[in-house]
Amino acid sequence: MEILRFTYPAARAVARRAHVGVVGSGDLEILFEPSADQHSHVTVTTSVEGFATVWKNVLDRFFTRFDGAVAIEINDFGATPGVVTLRLEQAAEDLRA
Amino acid sequence: MSIVLRDSFIEMPARERARAILDADTFRELLGPFERMKSPWLPLQGVVAQADDGVVVARGRLAGKPAVVAAIEGAYQGGSIGEVSGAKIAGVLELALRDCERGAPVRPVLLLETGGVRLQEANLGLAAIAEIHAAIVALRAHVPVVGVIAGLVGCFGGMSLTAALCSRLIVTRQARLGMNGPEVIEQEAGIAELDSTDAALVWSLMGGEQRYATGLADVLVEDDAGMIAAQVRAAFDSVAASRTEQVERFVKRLASIDPIQPPEPAQLRALWPREAPR
Repeated sequence: MEILRFTYPAARAVARRAHVGVVGSGDLEILFEPSADQHSHVTVTTSVEGFATVWKNVLDRFFTRFDGAVAIEINDFGATPGVVTLRLEQAAEDLRA
Repeated sequence: MSIVLRDSFIEMPARERARAILDADTFRELLGPFERMKSPWLPLQGVVAQADDGVVVARGRLAGKPAVVAAIEGAYQGGSIGEVSGAKIAGVLELALRDCERGAPVRPVLLLETGGVRLQEANLGLAAIAEIHAAIVALRAHVPVVGVIAGLVGCFGGMSLTAALCSRLIVTRQARLGMNGPEVIEQEAGIAELDSTDAALVWSLMGGEQRYATGLADVLVEDDAGMIAAQVRAAFDSVAASRTEQVERFVKRLASIDPIQPPEPAQLRALWPREAPR
């Protein structure tokens, strides 16, 4: 198990919360909540160690399209980067809904 | 019913299942994921914890009557019952009991999808399961307690006793119910005893259809959310004695079997007909 933390600048406040996914094989759980400051903070807890660079790449890419100030908690059970991206998009969509 | 029109209950995660069972727009989750009631024990053992510990508890209504649903997430740690997830189920049943005792009946529903106690939390999970059982027995004096096993995890270990304690038990063909799961039997007794990869054999022994045919489940239903929800509502209209109150009947059943030469699944159906002399 490994815990990774990332911070990204944000352009707007977010009022809602979102929860998607499950900590099941090849999947992950993501919680979005309003951030306490003008940044987005991501905490990743993953069962697979040694993939910090891949996580950074996936999150960098997500935050080129998403500018809300959110605290994100990710509980990962071996999701592939594709699944992570889909779940992030799903949570972002729930915030807008 | 055609496959296309079916609204698969099995494919739903626990939260969606609870929502699908309750009357539309009445689902109100208690201790949801943002409360962060996680397992304190799993991370200490290098296992990633889920924010709701794999159990969704929700208040709502069933056919307009106050209800509470506890749904286990089978995809998280095999639906295993730890200290927190077990306490959530026991707590919600105890609150329902308190309401029933005050003259405000609440209809309890358990959506069981579990391998039993979470081995990493051992005794704490077992203690929670004992509390769940005590609450079910106390609740049954006031209101039927309805269990659903949809699959594909099934319901095993200590939680198979939970299923047995339910006033009414609803299963699908895909469901499995047993004390020991097939992998455990193979590991402990050898592949000659049971080949856990032989799906046809496994389901013929402990599948929903067999459990229904031998009277160990009350309702056999298609994997369809609307049909399962309808059966849950109907279950609260039944007044039959629960299985665990029919001690003599089940003692006789055990006596009808020679464990040296155990019956084949089809023979068991003849030995243990589902119709009870009620």
